[in-house]
Amino acid sequence: MLKVLILGATSPIARGLAMRFATDGARLYLAARDPHEARRIADDLEVRAGAPALAGAFDAEDFSSHEEFLRNAVGELGGLDGVIVCFGAHAEEERAQVEPHAALSEIAQNFTGAVSLITLVARHMEAQDTGFIIVIGSVAGERGRARNYVYGSSKGALHLFAQGLRGRLWKTAVHVMTVKLGTVDTRMTWGREGVLLSISPERAADLIYRAYRRKSEVVYVPGRWRFIMGGVRLIPERQFKRLSL
Amino acid sequence: MSAVATNQVSRIPSSNRPSAEPKARRDVLAGWGRYPFAECDLYRPEKLAELQAVVARNSRSLIPRGAGRAYGDAALNDQNRVVNLERLNRMLAFDAETGVLRAEAGVTIAEIIDVFMPRGFFPPVTPGTRFVTLGGSLAADVHGKNHHRASSLAAHVTSLDLMLASGEIRRCSREENADLFRATVGGMGLTGVILELELKLKPIPSAWIEGELIRTANLDQAFDAFERADEKYDYSVAWIDCAGGRGTLGRCAINAGNFAAREALWSRAAQEPYRIAPRFPLAVPFELPAIALNSFTVNGFNTFYYAFSRPSAHRFFDWRWFFYPLDSIRNWNRIHGRRGFVQYQCVWPLAESRAGLSETLEAISRSRRGSPLTVLKKFGAQDGMLSFPMPGYTLAIDFPVTDGLFEFLDEIDQMVLKRGGRVYLAKDARMRPEVFRAMYPNLPRWQSIKAKADPENRFSSSLSRRLRIDPE
Repeated sequence: MLKVLILGATSPIARGLAMRFATDGARLYLAARDPHEARRIADDLEVRAGAPALAGAFDAEDFSSHEEFLRNAVGELGGLDGVIVCFGAHAEEERAQVEPHAALSEIAQNFTGAVSLITLVARHMEAQDTGFIIVIGSVAGERGRARNYVYGSSKGALHLFAQGLRGRLWKTAVHVMTVKLGTVDTRMTWGREGVLLSISPERAADLIYRAYRRKSEVVYVPGRWRFIMGGVRLIPERQFKRLSL
Repeated sequence: MSAVATNQVSRIPSSNRPSAEPKARRDVLAGWGRYPFAECDLYRPEKLAELQAVVARNSRSLIPRGAGRAYGDAALNDQNRVVNLERLNRMLAFDAETGVLRAEAGVTIAEIIDVFMPRGFFPPVTPGTRFVTLGGSLAADVHGKNHHRASSLAAHVTSLDLMLASGEIRRCSREENADLFRATVGGMGLTGVILELELKLKPIPSAWIEGELIRTANLDQAFDAFERADEKYDYSVAWIDCAGGRGTLGRCAINAGNFAAREALWSRAAQEPYRIAPRFPLAVPFELPAIALNSFTVNGFNTFYYAFSRPSAHRFFDWRWFFYPLDSIRNWNRIHGRRGFVQYQCVWPLAESRAGLSETLEAISRSRRGSPLTVLKKFGAQDGMLSFPMPGYTLAIDFPVTDGLFEFLDEIDQMVLKRGGRVYLAKDARMRPEVFRAMYPNLPRWQSIKAKADPENRFSSSLSRRLRIDPE
């Protein structure tokens, strides 16, 4: 039985992924900042998919707690075959752009917290020479834009980190997949202006799960963002900075 | 958790936690009838804590909204706040012995069928569409084709958790906070936000309905047929011609049946009794011009429908076709044109039903406003404060919004009222407050409970202001 840890399990995309893994018979540990909420999602999986799921708390920003958290989670799961890194924050970009504390907190949640956890996970998986790590990034990490560069830079850094890790682990049987999400209809985009081409979280989860099954390395969700971002990257900086993207 | 980590990496103070009130989206909303529209600040929390912040951190008027399938203005709050609960749709516990499901308010009837029909369970009560949420259904205390046997949805709900304006959560049942329970079921979301509820599902032997199709030429025959059908069957409903003239007005096609026993099915169906392959869904791609449904097309449709409803003393119905004929046509609410439509549903007490129905049908026929989608059904016993059903016959008709429609419906209101009947709030968009007051005699008692639960009247809607439901 596949044993999968989902970090940031209360997001709708994580919930959709959990449902797909549970339906395929995986044993899940759902970790989130709000364990009460993670428990409700675990209960939902149990009722819908008949698969008992574990739930617990973790705090991405509390780096020192990560080692113990992971040890406990692996112990409760009885092993670890896969980790999905779904947590992240995109709260108030306006504030993060003028308040260092807000910016650093966002980066801690999106990048450094993820680095801390992924490093521990990679150590574990390298030792057992098998497993997978799915890292949920964002197309916002493809190019710095005035509108969301704090968020974007944290996601861009995460992409590079995952890319490097993939390079290190390719000789082992550990599969590292980077997901570059386009806009998804969740809390993160709710009420935000200029949100285009949005897809539902269920559809996003579906596409991510399919990419995982065919062992993709880098996947844009949905695929059209590969071309959109390809175009966006080509615009010369002198012009790009003037665009209100 | 410690402020400074042992490995020298200091913990960054968290500053962008979702402690503040979540973001709203300015949206123009309507009910299923696409009349009226209202500009609202719409929230869609994904976690309980977010919902709590929406409810308790802002004192502006708020109304919960489910799938938006109420026809009129029940889930609208013009220039105020609306909270959509569709993302709070977790199923929390299920006991296969008792059939009791505990689920959040955003779970839909369609999800319940998807998950539980293969295990041999069906919602105990379902309205004519499965794309409704549990919370919305309970707030409107919906009924189904089995009302004569099973009463309304509330009869199958054993407990509910309600979030009050303070953000406090209260468990309500017939034993605990019984007043609040009774005021909340059928309370149109005005006592607080229904968070989760416990619902007893119905065990079923298969996904097929075994029953009959009875055709009657006039109302007297239809009433007789209903009496007989309701003795034999859990489910019964009639399509009725409300547009024809003398001779065709009031003719009915009654579908009635029970869930079929496995032994009654043919061998292939009996092997997989809960599986019926879905059919290709149809859709109405755009708003039809208002002229599309006129008295000629309506009469034509009715004649065809009646002719093609071949009477049959024994037949099987696909559950989708039997319970949800319109769910197979996406956006069917566009057929009535740009101005939208009003569904008028009323009920008469049993003794007045025959007379009430025929005078109303005649008035509708004379007005030439009737539409083809008209339903007749007999109700049984009913409990509740603002719940709509009462023992008697109920009629539901769609009317496209046209000039003079509301004056006409005011006249129908008076005809229904003088016979002791009432109009369904979940479908209403235009009733007058004094008429509502006269139709719902339990209102003062409901208001006293509401005043205690929500003393600042934070929960209100376009409907509650229009009908002056809120306590003064």
